[in-house]
Amino acid sequence: MRRRLFATIATFGVVTVFVCLLAPLVGSTSIRLSRVLDRTIPFADNVDAQVFFVARLPRVLAAAIVGSGLALSGVIFQALLRNPLAASDTLGVSAGAALGAILAITFHVDFSFLGISVVPAASFAGSVGAMAIVYVMSMARRRGTSSTVLLLAGIAIAALLAAVGRFVQYFADFTDTARTVQWMMGALDVGSYPPIVAALVLLTIAGAGFATLPRALDLLSMGAESAQARGVDVVRAERIALVSASMSTGAAVSLGGPILFIGIIVPHIVRLLVGADHRLVLPASGLFGAAFLVGCDVVARTIFAPAELPVGIITAILGGPFFLWLLFRRT
Amino acid sequence: MTVPRLQASGVSFTYERVRGAVVPVLNEVSLTIQRGAIVGLIGPNGSGKTTFLRLLAGTLTPAHGQIALDGVSLKTMSRLQLARRIAVVPQETHSTFDFTVLDIVLMGRYAHLGLFELEGPGDLAIARDALAATGSSALESRRFGTLSGGEKQRVVIASALAQASDVLLLDEPTASLDLGFQFEIVKLLARLNRERGTTMVVSTHDLNLAAALCAELVLLRTGRVIAQGKTAEVLTSSNVRILYGVDADITVHPRAGHLTVVPIARAD
Repeated sequence: MRRRLFATIATFGVVTVFVCLLAPLVGSTSIRLSRVLDRTIPFADNVDAQVFFVARLPRVLAAAIVGSGLALSGVIFQALLRNPLAASDTLGVSAGAALGAILAITFHVDFSFLGISVVPAASFAGSVGAMAIVYVMSMARRRGTSSTVLLLAGIAIAALLAAVGRFVQYFADFTDTARTVQWMMGALDVGSYPPIVAALVLLTIAGAGFATLPRALDLLSMGAESAQARGVDVVRAERIALVSASMSTGAAVSLGGPILFIGIIVPHIVRLLVGADHRLVLPASGLFGAAFLVGCDVVARTIFAPAELPVGIITAILGGPFFLWLLFRRT
Repeated sequence: MTVPRLQASGVSFTYERVRGAVVPVLNEVSLTIQRGAIVGLIGPNGSGKTTFLRLLAGTLTPAHGQIALDGVSLKTMSRLQLARRIAVVPQETHSTFDFTVLDIVLMGRYAHLGLFELEGPGDLAIARDALAATGSSALESRRFGTLSGGEKQRVVIASALAQASDVLLLDEPTASLDLGFQFEIVKLLARLNRERGTTMVVSTHDLNLAAALCAELVLLRTGRVIAQGKTAEVLTSSNVRILYGVDADITVHPRAGHLTVVPIARAD
C-alpha cells in the first residue's frame, strides 16, 4: 500500500510538474526556458522571462489551482453522495458561485481589496453560501445528513439560484450580460498574482481537511450506516468533507469560472487508472486535475491563436472522448 | 456468573415524531446475551429487529435504558472503541465505486488504524485470513460489483471478521440469497461461532434458519419482547401464531435434527 501510494503520487506529480513547466513555453510568441531562467539578462530586457512570468505563468498557475480544486471537490461529492455523477454543481455550489458573480457584475460593485476584485470574492461567497443552505437543510431533517436529501436539496437550491441569476440577467444591460456569459464559460485570464495566492491559500486549507478524509470516504461510499459501524465518525467526516469541498470549489470557481466537467471527469479517469481507494484517488485527482486543465488551456490558447477559446469548451471537447475511450477500452 | 457479553436493560427507542405522533419502535426491551452465544432475533416486519440491532451496535442511542458490552455502557465508548468490539453485517451492501474484494475486506481494519496509518503486513494477513475463513480467498482480486449475491455476502462477512470484534451483528444475512447460499451462510456462521467463539445476534424472517443456527431466540412484536429463551422452548405454535398470525406445524426434523416450521393456514 505504501509503495502504491508513493508510486501514484510520484507519477502524477511528475506529470503535473512537467505539464506546468512546459505550458508557459507554448504560445503565440515562442520562448526558450534557458533564456527565461538566464539571470545574466536583466528582467526588463528579458522578453522571454517577461512573457513567461507576467503573461503566461499566472494563467498556468490559475489553471492548475482551478483544475485541482474542482477535481478534488468532485471526488469528495461523489463519495459523499454515493453517486458517481455528482460534482460541485450538483449541490448548488456552482450555481451559488455564478449568482454571486452575476450580482457583482450586474450591479457594478467595483472595488478591490489586497488586489482581489469583487467578482471572485462574490462568487466565492456565493458558493460557500449555497453549500451552507443545502447543508443546514439536510441536517434539519434528521440526525446526520442523508445523501438523498442532500442531493435533492442541492438540485432544488441549484435550480432556484440559477433562476434568480437569470432573473437578474434579464434586466441587466447588454454589456453586463456579455461579461456574465463570458465568465460562465470559464476564463483563466487572471493576469495578476494576488487572486492566485488567495485561491491557493483557500485550496491549501481545504487540502488539510481533505487529508483527513480518504479512508472515511472509502467507507462512506459503502453506506453511512456501515461506515459508522466500522468506526467512522460520520457526522464529523461529512462536515469536514462539505466544508472543505465547498471551499475548494469556491476558490476554483472564483478564479476561473464554472468549468464544471473537470469535477466529474478527472476523478473517473483517475479511478480507471489507480482503482477506487480514495487514499490514491484523492491526491492523484488533485494532481491530474491540475495537469488536465493546464493542458486544456494550452490548447484553448493556441488552437485558434491569436484568438483564445474559453477553456470550458476545450475541457469537454477533449475530455469527453478521452473519458469514453478509457471507459470502453476495459470492456 | 460471568458478566454477559451484551446486556440491554429497559431499552426504549423512538424515531422522530411522524406528523406529531410519537411511535415507540422499542419499548422496555431487556435481554442478556452470554459470551459465545448465537441469538436469533425474530418477529414480523416493523417489530423493531433492525432498530434493536442498531442499538446493540451503538449506531443508535436508546432514549431510555442502557446497553452494556461486558458490563460497560456503550454510551461511554467512542466510535472507534465500539468498532473494535462490535462488527455489523448489513442486509445488503452496495458499492458505489469499483473496489476489489481485498479493498473491501481491508476496510474492516479502519478502527484499528490511526488517521494517517496505512495497512501493514499484519492487517493484510488478518484480511487474507478472514477471506479464507469465509471460503472467498479465490475472489481476492475480483471487483466487488461483479460478484453474485452470495459471494458478496461472504465478502461482507469477511470484512466484518477483519474488524476482529467479539460480537457480530447480522441483519437478515440471507434475505436476498437462494437456498444454496442460505445454507452455506448458516454453515459458515455456525463454524465461525464454534472456532472463534464470536458472539452473534442474527435477525431473520426465516424461522427454519433461526432454528438451525440459533440456540436461543428473542421474539419481538411491536417493539416488545414477547418471549426469549432456548429455541426449543420459545419456538412454539402459539408464539408463531402471536407473531405472524399463522397456524404452523412445528416438529423436530428427523434428518436435520432441529425444529422445523411449516405454515399451514392463516390463523384468525
